[in-house]
Amino acid sequence: MGEGPRFMALTPATDLGPATALTCRECGHTRELGPHYACEECFGPLEISYDFADVTRASIEAGPRNIWRYRGLLPVPGNVTDTPNTEPGLTRLVRADQLAEALGLQRLWVKDDSGNPTHSFKDRVVAVALAAARELGFKVLACPSTGNLANAVAAAAARAGIRSAVFVPSNLESQKIITTAVYGGTFVTVDGNYDDVNRLASEIAGEQDGWAFVNVNVRPYYAEGSKTLGYEIAEQLGWRLPDQIVVPVASGSQLTKIDKAFQEFIRLGLVEDKPYQVFGAQAAGCGPVAAAFKAGHDVVRPVKPDTIAKSLAIGNPADGPYVLDVVRRTGGAVEDVTDAEVVEGIRLLARTEGIFGETAGGVTVGVLRKLVESGALDPSAETVIINSGDGLKTLDAISSSVAPSANIAPTLEAFRAADLA
Amino acid sequence: MSVSVRIPTILRTYTGGASEVQAEGDTLRAVVADLEAAHTGIAARILDDAGKIRRFVNVYVGDEDVRFADGLDTATPAGAQVSIIPAVAGG
Repeated sequence: MGEGPRFMALTPATDLGPATALTCRECGHTRELGPHYACEECFGPLEISYDFADVTRASIEAGPRNIWRYRGLLPVPGNVTDTPNTEPGLTRLVRADQLAEALGLQRLWVKDDSGNPTHSFKDRVVAVALAAARELGFKVLACPSTGNLANAVAAAAARAGIRSAVFVPSNLESQKIITTAVYGGTFVTVDGNYDDVNRLASEIAGEQDGWAFVNVNVRPYYAEGSKTLGYEIAEQLGWRLPDQIVVPVASGSQLTKIDKAFQEFIRLGLVEDKPYQVFGAQAAGCGPVAAAFKAGHDVVRPVKPDTIAKSLAIGNPADGPYVLDVVRRTGGAVEDVTDAEVVEGIRLLARTEGIFGETAGGVTVGVLRKLVESGALDPSAETVIINSGDGLKTLDAISSSVAPSANIAPTLEAFRAADLA
Repeated sequence: MSVSVRIPTILRTYTGGASEVQAEGDTLRAVVADLEAAHTGIAARILDDAGKIRRFVNVYVGDEDVRFADGLDTATPAGAQVSIIPAVAGG
């Protein structure tokens, strides 16, 4: 018996683009493409292996204005643009001079991924997961989620005309509950934290043939979607890599895939090979990777999350060890900030650049500030930070710390009296 | 004392396809040893060469991740539910 749907078998018609096999990151064991996610030898995470055809700057630039311009570098069929999907990606890269000045940096960019269809980077990974899941014969798109993924899966399934099954912690922000429920589908709130929901999803995935839990049993395909963040940053900088990048860390997958994207672009000759440093950002109330980094450990001890940054509240991060590998290899760091610093980070980004990020964005801005102050990050080097989601989804986090300047009667006298001129 | 052990898909080749099996033992260590006696080869998938729980395996006794308890020395009272789950999930 296989690991995936019993009815499923790869056929000659299965098209996963340039993907060739699944290889274990831990022990190197390789197996055929299929609905597998853990190594049968050591339980390590499986990664997609590729045989890239000729991909050039020109071939990418001639592609659609979304992530599918990079389809030749993703485990998706060549005709992926022919089936209904949310067409995420190619979000703006914002030159952030005022935020840079506030923090003492010379050249700073914000990759604002709140501009995706459901307002977070999760649309990228879900679009890739959906395309691969169709090829692998799955019938239902499912996930455990801290909220953003729930939105993305429910919307992508609605757009594709298939069923969704979404599981979230019941204490999630109300905005994220509403923005999932609106798309229909099966939507379950679970009395537990994200790690509890994640465990439940892993157990359900072992029972429900035909359910593609995007971040469980099709995770090797799903995670590759985050590479498009790295591709876009390089392309939008004019086909070159930044010197430093600060990435929020939940499971750690996004950070490792941005690094993978940079490495692939170097290997394919699409950008000049140059050193860059990768930094990870966590909340102090859920900072197991930051703790391991600071302690010099290469294993991550799970924690019980307690932070307003719920989209980053994964106490047992699957890719934590690989975040440590990337950060140490590139000379970066993993830092964490308090919830008060998260709120201040959200407000600073909004005040200086007109970008309303969610709590994960506040974590990233807060960590950026801390890294500059500690000297870990070079203020004269070109830096990119990721805003992975939209502040409208985490209004509770700042509702008590922002307010109108005044409330006045509708008269000129009242305006004058309020001393607002 | 008998406990019930949930087997992940990836290990069901060792249990003849069964998703749940019974095992004996007062501690998780003893339960894994008993699993091995009944399903030869399964322990080496769960434990590394040093005899520790592999980095990418999560084991729960009831609701508790044994990494938060006593690891392989975690007590497994009669009727306990033990779950073995691949850790590479989520996010």
